[in-house]
Amino acid sequence: MIRDQEFLKDIASYCIENSKKLGATDVGVKVIHSVSENVSFRNKKLDESNRADSFAVNLTTYIEKKKSSINSSDLSKSNLEKLIERCIDATKITPSDENNSLPDKDLMSKEIRDLNLYDETHYQNDKKIEFLKKVEETASTDEKIVNTEAGFTENKNNFILANSNGFLGGYKTSNFSSSCVAVSRINGAMERDYEFGSTRFLQDMMKPEEIGKIAANKAIKKLGPKKIKSEKIGVIFDKRISKGILSTLASAISASAIARGTSFLKDQINSEVFPNSINIIDDPKIEKGLGSQNFDSEGVETNSLKLVENGILKNYLIDTYYGKKLNLKSNGRSGGTTNLYFENGTLSFKDLLNSEKKFLYITETIGHGGNIITGDYSVGASGFMVEDGELTYPVSEITIAGNFKEMFKNITLANDLEMKYSTNAPTLLINQMTVAGK
Amino acid sequence: MSNFFKETDIDTSQAEAIVTETLKNCDDGELYLENHKSESIVLDDNKIKSSTYNSDQGYGFRAVTGEVVAYSHSNDISKESLRKSSENLKDTLKSKKGTYNHEIPKTNSKYYENINPIESKTFDSKIDLLKCVNNYLRSKGSIVNQVTANFLGEHKSIEIIRSDNQVLKDDRPLVRFNVSVVLEKDGKKETGVYGVGGRQSYDDYLKDGSWKDVCDEAFRIANVNLESKPAPAGEMKVVLGPGWPAILIHEAIGHGLEGDFNRKKTSAFHNLMGQQVASEGVTIVDDGTLHQRRGSLTIDDEGTPTENTVLIENGILKNYMQDRLNARLMGTKSTGSGRRESYKHVVLPRMRNTMMLSGKYSQDEMISSVDKGIFAVSFGGGQVDITSGKFVFNCTEAYEINNGKIGSPIKGATLIGDGPSILKEVSLVGNDMKLDPGIGTCGKAGQGVPVGVAQPSILINKMTVGGTKL
Repeated sequence: MIRDQEFLKDIASYCIENSKKLGATDVGVKVIHSVSENVSFRNKKLDESNRADSFAVNLTTYIEKKKSSINSSDLSKSNLEKLIERCIDATKITPSDENNSLPDKDLMSKEIRDLNLYDETHYQNDKKIEFLKKVEETASTDEKIVNTEAGFTENKNNFILANSNGFLGGYKTSNFSSSCVAVSRINGAMERDYEFGSTRFLQDMMKPEEIGKIAANKAIKKLGPKKIKSEKIGVIFDKRISKGILSTLASAISASAIARGTSFLKDQINSEVFPNSINIIDDPKIEKGLGSQNFDSEGVETNSLKLVENGILKNYLIDTYYGKKLNLKSNGRSGGTTNLYFENGTLSFKDLLNSEKKFLYITETIGHGGNIITGDYSVGASGFMVEDGELTYPVSEITIAGNFKEMFKNITLANDLEMKYSTNAPTLLINQMTVAGK
Repeated sequence: MSNFFKETDIDTSQAEAIVTETLKNCDDGELYLENHKSESIVLDDNKIKSSTYNSDQGYGFRAVTGEVVAYSHSNDISKESLRKSSENLKDTLKSKKGTYNHEIPKTNSKYYENINPIESKTFDSKIDLLKCVNNYLRSKGSIVNQVTANFLGEHKSIEIIRSDNQVLKDDRPLVRFNVSVVLEKDGKKETGVYGVGGRQSYDDYLKDGSWKDVCDEAFRIANVNLESKPAPAGEMKVVLGPGWPAILIHEAIGHGLEGDFNRKKTSAFHNLMGQQVASEGVTIVDDGTLHQRRGSLTIDDEGTPTENTVLIENGILKNYMQDRLNARLMGTKSTGSGRRESYKHVVLPRMRNTMMLSGKYSQDEMISSVDKGIFAVSFGGGQVDITSGKFVFNCTEAYEINNGKIGSPIKGATLIGDGPSILKEVSLVGNDMKLDPGIGTCGKAGQGVPVGVAQPSILINKMTVGGTKL
């Protein structure tokens, strides 16, 4: 069972008191307990069961403007005592940095709202097995499916975050996730695709039949891909990957990238970065949200932020340290974004597909070809050709390339936003990218 | 060496008894204990950005019967916790019956010393060296916009308790030193990254001012990229330089030759054993026995001694890389390739140091044979779709080739190819095989493990280059 708040508080207080005794002027600590149970199936048979029970302490001590950290999984006081001593020793000889400090007291989170992030339901392994059987039965009905894998994970987490300025807060969260990977085959060549669901509450999980069916259909549709010739063409990003555009934006507007001067969006605050129809929001207070939180990883209150309004970049993602460098206050984004999303566009999915005669529709990208400093982007891709609004044939072994600055300005959004991940985007079109193929 | 049962309520013989009892009806399994110390010291933006020390300890208890793996891990090494894990494993496998294979090969070879790199260099001297790196690079002029440098060091002690009290142990040092520099000229910014490392102490890589070579190399790469123009788009000839570009081998065919994907028949290579999968003259091995290399292991994470496994010999597919489970199910032997990131992770067949061996051509011969193509010298990361065989990697230093001559540097671009066919497109194999500098980490199923790669220069007849210029 997951350990309660009192147990974690006791460890946190012990760390703060002992660090102060040894000379720390400020202390920040996080104590976490998580229990995770996973069952996986392959070709309708049990493949693996895995139970994880993990503790972690993350401690940062300050002596004036000097700082050092330790992490440990061993919560015994004899171990912590030794590590705290080591941490203080390292702090003493680490050069000081005027921007090192705990967050301003008046920015700290004052009350913890119940955001409905914890479902105490325990889904027994037998139930998980029942679920996975249904997933795989549905996934393997078509004879073109030659291999299926499915998994179900239940995760319970509890934590306390505390600092020597008197902040102390924490709460339980839960997560249920299920996935299916299907492999299809025709004429000796294989393709793989997947579907997955992730929720805070068990009752909100997708139906197993739905997960299996979607994974299988996607894998079958990909069979017999062609390599197309190199050309400039409009590229539509499927919802599964369109959210990647927002992750890139988040990296480029993090206070660290801005302060270090290593972002292609440096000096773009209050400038038009996207078309004026576009709004981007980061909202930490969505009930049951996968990215929801009461406060950030430093304990700073987080509230909804409009990052982009009518195409104009309005806010950076700011933590305490880089905030000081930029002369800005933390906006509770130490640890990054929360529930990040594009507001819906106006075109329906169908209208978007019909807005030109020919598009490339991408369902998967591979590789890490985004450069946050220059904005250059080049990744491997697979998907479908779209002709006259219809998906005509699968495409693979190609790359798509461009520069984020240009790509951002040429985005058109569909109106099919779903809140399925912590970062969410509707289907989107980027007009004119370079596709390299034959 | 760690004594895992000191300061616990259980001793070695009691733990051994629980292991033997739990695994009595199983085909395989073990109690894996791990003590892991690591440090990270980062200099960034003229400041020591962070100094962190991590101390982690725990166990992973595994029981295997048939194809089914039951696993339970915890950082609480105690009688109660082990009993609970044992119950959990037995419950998962209650309807199965297996026969434990007690045979496990033993080795006397050690491929690295038992040193703790974190303690073998003082904290002060690490901080001082990071400051030297910063000053040295910034002294190269106002063109230097940003410098990041870091030490990553670790020491891992493992103990494997198998059924019937067989105990296997290993102590593994690992270090990595990285430098990244951002240069700015005429409003254009570019990055250069370089690093060194392996299973020795930091000073083995940094002594006698050799840290300056690391800085110079990072600076050189960034400088080259400042002059880069847009990369071409489309299919063309590609010459790969020696050393680190061998991550092409790692992605294109290495993953596809791991035992699990072939047993499950989800690899594009699963029905190609004994067949020609590469040009004649292409030989590829996966070697865990190189001294002090990043991917080397004295024993793997199941206790099997590592070996030099021939994967492809003169173009013919010879072996897959195996852990115990996949080897048993495929009727063969473990190649000492069973690895896990930590006690929190199950064992999977993984690569160690994957190498294409030298042929007879010079790099000059390759370049002069190309009318239009690119010369790729260094890469960032790569990725592969095992099932379709499609793989990518990103160039971080590359040049165009025109009429047999190296031309302008080109911007970072992704190259994409098809694993089972790419090696048939290798037309010339160089005589200049080189190991990478010791920086690779391979990710699979959410687990990262240190690996190495090596290759000579090679000429590939046809690959798709993902630039922006048509």
